[in-house]
Amino acid sequence: MTDAAASAAITAPVIEMAHISKSFPGVRALKDVSFGCAAGEVHALVGENGAGKSTLIKILSGVYRPDAGDIVINGQKVSFRHPVEALRAGISVIYQEFSLLPERTVAQNIFLGREPRKRAVIDYAAMRAETRRVLDVFGSGRRIDPDMLVAELDVASQQMVEIAKAISLNAKVVVMDEPTAALNEQECEILFGIIDTLRARGTAIIYITHRMREVTRLANRVTVLKDGEVAARFDTLPAPGQIVHAMVGRDIADYYPPPATPQEIGPVVLAVKGAANVFLRDISFELRAGEIVGFAGIQGAGRAALAMALFGSVPFTSGSVNFAGRDGTFQKPRDAIRAGLGLLPGDRKAEGLLLMQAVRDNGMLTGRAFGGLARSDKANAFASIDSMADLFKRVDVRAASYDQEIKFLSGGNQQKVIVARWLALAPKALIFIEPTRGIDVNAKAGIYQLMRELARGGAAIMMVSSDLPEVLGAADRVLVMRAGTIVGEFPRGATEAEVMLAATGETVTGEAA
Amino acid sequence: MSLADTTRRTVPFERLAPLALLVIAVLIYAGIALGTGQPQYLSFEGVVGVANRSIALGITAVGQTFVILLGSIDISVANLISASAVLASVIMNGNPMMVIPAIAACLVLGLVVGVANGLVIARLEVNPLIATLGMSLIVQGALSAFVSNFAGAVPDDFQWFAYGNIGPMPFSLLFYAVLILLAWVTLRFTKFGSDIYSVGGNADAARLAGIHTNRIIIRAHIVCSVLASIAGLYLASRLKSGAPWIGKDGVYDLESIAVTVIGGTILAGGRGGIWGTVAGVLIFSLIDAIFNLTGTDAFLKQVLRGVIIVAAVAFYAIRSKRIVA
Amino acid sequence: MSNEVLAKTDAPRQRRRWLLSVNPIYLVLVVLLALIAIRNPQFLEPFGYMNFLKRAAPLAILSAGQLFVLVAGGFDLSVGALITLTVIGASMLQSNDPSATWWVICLLFVLGALVGLINGLVVVVLRVPSLIATLGMMITLTGVALLWSGGAPKGYLTDNFRFFGRYNFTGVPLINLLPISIIVLVLVVGLLWWLMHRTNYGRLLFAVGDNPRASQLAGVPIGRVRVLAFVVSALSGTVAGILLGGFSGVSPDAGNGYELQAITAAVLGGAQLLGGRGSVPATVAGAATLTAIFTLLNFLGLPNPVRSAVQGLILIGAVALAMYRRKRTGR
Repeated sequence: MTDAAASAAITAPVIEMAHISKSFPGVRALKDVSFGCAAGEVHALVGENGAGKSTLIKILSGVYRPDAGDIVINGQKVSFRHPVEALRAGISVIYQEFSLLPERTVAQNIFLGREPRKRAVIDYAAMRAETRRVLDVFGSGRRIDPDMLVAELDVASQQMVEIAKAISLNAKVVVMDEPTAALNEQECEILFGIIDTLRARGTAIIYITHRMREVTRLANRVTVLKDGEVAARFDTLPAPGQIVHAMVGRDIADYYPPPATPQEIGPVVLAVKGAANVFLRDISFELRAGEIVGFAGIQGAGRAALAMALFGSVPFTSGSVNFAGRDGTFQKPRDAIRAGLGLLPGDRKAEGLLLMQAVRDNGMLTGRAFGGLARSDKANAFASIDSMADLFKRVDVRAASYDQEIKFLSGGNQQKVIVARWLALAPKALIFIEPTRGIDVNAKAGIYQLMRELARGGAAIMMVSSDLPEVLGAADRVLVMRAGTIVGEFPRGATEAEVMLAATGETVTGEAA
Repeated sequence: MSLADTTRRTVPFERLAPLALLVIAVLIYAGIALGTGQPQYLSFEGVVGVANRSIALGITAVGQTFVILLGSIDISVANLISASAVLASVIMNGNPMMVIPAIAACLVLGLVVGVANGLVIARLEVNPLIATLGMSLIVQGALSAFVSNFAGAVPDDFQWFAYGNIGPMPFSLLFYAVLILLAWVTLRFTKFGSDIYSVGGNADAARLAGIHTNRIIIRAHIVCSVLASIAGLYLASRLKSGAPWIGKDGVYDLESIAVTVIGGTILAGGRGGIWGTVAGVLIFSLIDAIFNLTGTDAFLKQVLRGVIIVAAVAFYAIRSKRIVA
Repeated sequence: MSNEVLAKTDAPRQRRRWLLSVNPIYLVLVVLLALIAIRNPQFLEPFGYMNFLKRAAPLAILSAGQLFVLVAGGFDLSVGALITLTVIGASMLQSNDPSATWWVICLLFVLGALVGLINGLVVVVLRVPSLIATLGMMITLTGVALLWSGGAPKGYLTDNFRFFGRYNFTGVPLINLLPISIIVLVLVVGLLWWLMHRTNYGRLLFAVGDNPRASQLAGVPIGRVRVLAFVVSALSGTVAGILLGGFSGVSPDAGNGYELQAITAAVLGGAQLLGGRGSVPATVAGAATLTAIFTLLNFLGLPNPVRSAVQGLILIGAVALAMYRRKRTGR
């Protein structure tokens, strides 16, 4: 769906990726993708999780080699055998998971691998001076000392260091992957200013986001990736609705299951009053059976901390909690689970899955944890091998066999196995953290459906997500957190702007609320 | 969002703790020296004597610090120390002309073992614990095949290493001091040192940034093994001969790791340094000296040693929020 | 993709697939045993192979116990010293009195359980890495053994104590000779197999080694699981010590180096070093393989110390091979 009218400022592309294809065992990540960016252009790369954006970027930065297709820089074909070659070719990628070394200083991080030397030793003075020069590009409002340890910086500052690194490398192409995830409004504006500066200097910027607001503010062109292919390319800025439609392939309205009706909402399952710990203060809210409550807020607002506190992993130190009629906060996850509260962690690989074990063993894990150490592993009070298989079918886990190692399953199927794990316990309440992270578009709908079914079955569902449209679409009501406490509540039909305002305390133009 | 975001870190503890432990150890030492009516141990000679007890451990620990900073480890040092001592002793065999060749041979031995360890860990990607455990067994086997007790003899000429003095200071202590300074300068100012911290901090990020991680691993292990060989030379000089069990007997493997950890260097790598290790060595010297002052039975000493090492590491580890295996 | 089980394929392909999925250690063991038989035909007589099994039994039991700690993600380097302490303790406590045998054995088990408990608690509560904790325990136990015996272990163990390690039932139909230690081996390994592969505990052990954080969040009592693993490992050390004491008598370094042999055996059997994978039968096969290798080395006339060197090479080789296979096949 290309627009014939060309944008005036686009000159010949600095970087061109032509007909790139890439497959991994069992998964075709990219098929015939062509994508380019010119000097002084911001080209937004948009798409759902799993659409192929990060694979494309990893090919660009030399981490992967494409199965087919070429990379052309300033008219010359290149092939990277090692990421450092991409760096030298002038391509800098700022990943979502920063590649910074926490125990080293800002200057040491910026100059990692290319420390300037004076005779046999490292010239720290020169490093410091150059670091300061590069940091000054960012202007006031952020005092980062070159000798500070990265571990001592907050997330936004760490990101500034990543960008400083790219500037210091004189990158011709800078790729930014969801750079505003952790920033507040003011910091976003600073970032946009930096991007404008880079743009004026002739840097080609590839900007990955799924926030339409940013696309509108920054992009010259927009490319939409879906399921590994280019679904749409816009050479001039389209309406956000057009972009979303290309991303998702259907109208937003059909995507989320309908909300709970008042009859479906039952008694209070969880009541929290004035609870606090070192990360949270004055937390008060209720969860009722049959409803899905979403928790929104920017990174660092305390949503994960709240989930952890409720679950007993990092407990509350004051306040009162009543769960299913019993008073008292949980001091460890085992107690919470015994009482009927479950939690699906946000980082499946690190905190949810036993990657080397079979699908079946992942499903039966919690049941076995409460089933008695010396008892047979075939069946316990919560599930047997057969009933687990039934549960897998119910949540639609697709696997060649349940004895297969779970690491071979797709993200969506892995998540469903974890849901099945909790289903076996018939929990009274379930907390989902980032329920659809790393899951492709179609599987997401399945997860929302599952959540709604669980709610209809009488459970209280708490959903923590950084994806604002998701929170507003899938939940019955949304609680907003900021700086460790709950600052507002919104019904299902609220706008993103309203929620962002509560989450950041500022309007879009940077004024305080 | 990862749940790890909800934990906070405290930085200063690892910097201050070794110092605190050191002060406590000094106070206990002084207290017992005075309490048991042996104030001569508080004199200059006494203090120097304390420091001198652990030269071998100190030298080994410097090398161990390099590899632990990298996120690796070296359990083969104890047997390598024995091998080096025996090798030196056998080659010298009482002949002053053979001192230089013996020293050269030991350094070469250290080089070879270090390269082997480094290659197995970097290229074959074997777990460093297993790689160096395996190497330890190989060295032990090779050594035991040739000698079973003290072998060879160290000529008087070489004994200056352990017993010589320059002015009031023992040569060995000065040697150790120079070594520490060299290590500090290397770690703090050179690219090699900087790269060690980088690889230890995040090997993937370091590799992506163009650092030759394999080379760094091999070099660090060379440093560790060569220093262990030197420690073996020192022991040969001190004991006037070498035997295949002196490394194991002195528990140099576990103790060099322990003093490094007590000094604030974390086992996962990327954080720590030489001065902490030096403090750790001093603490262990003081503990040893305290045992001596109180006339503790040798076997009881062994029992307590194991307990103290674990307790000392626990002092640091218990604050960690990470799950430990 | 459907949920249905894979459609039946033709028989030869299935057989080949089964062969590939069999742990290679069994094939290696068969080959080695064949080599021994060729070199020394008396090996095929009951006296020959039963003696072999008698020699391998303590290591097999020890390795199977060590496997529990390995699967949970740790190391237990103290079992060798525990064997030494068991043997020396037995001789000290017995003081040549045969009637003391039974309560001495009970006491030894209590000691083993205590050592395992302490190891486990130090790792779980004090958060000391198992490497350091068990190395420290090894030093301490060696010291205790020395302290107790005053450096010179006394006398001998009475015959009824040595019953377990030394005695053979004779006149048994078919095989003629049945050492008690083989019966002990079968019972203990059977128990350990059941514990690891048929109970909830075993599954939880794999879970904790695979991903302790995920296990914790799923409600697994990871502390309890780990401590129990160390207790199992230590108790297997006690059994091995009793068998060894019977077999070889008292000596101050009875258990020297056994912990490393146990780890080598487990690795040969396919155990993964940072946890999450391993099998009791394969580990026992690994122990038998190691014993077979040492037997062959003996035939070749290589002196005992060389065993250590060979073992070191095997250890490194086995792990390197496993790493290589993992990179290639992703499993």
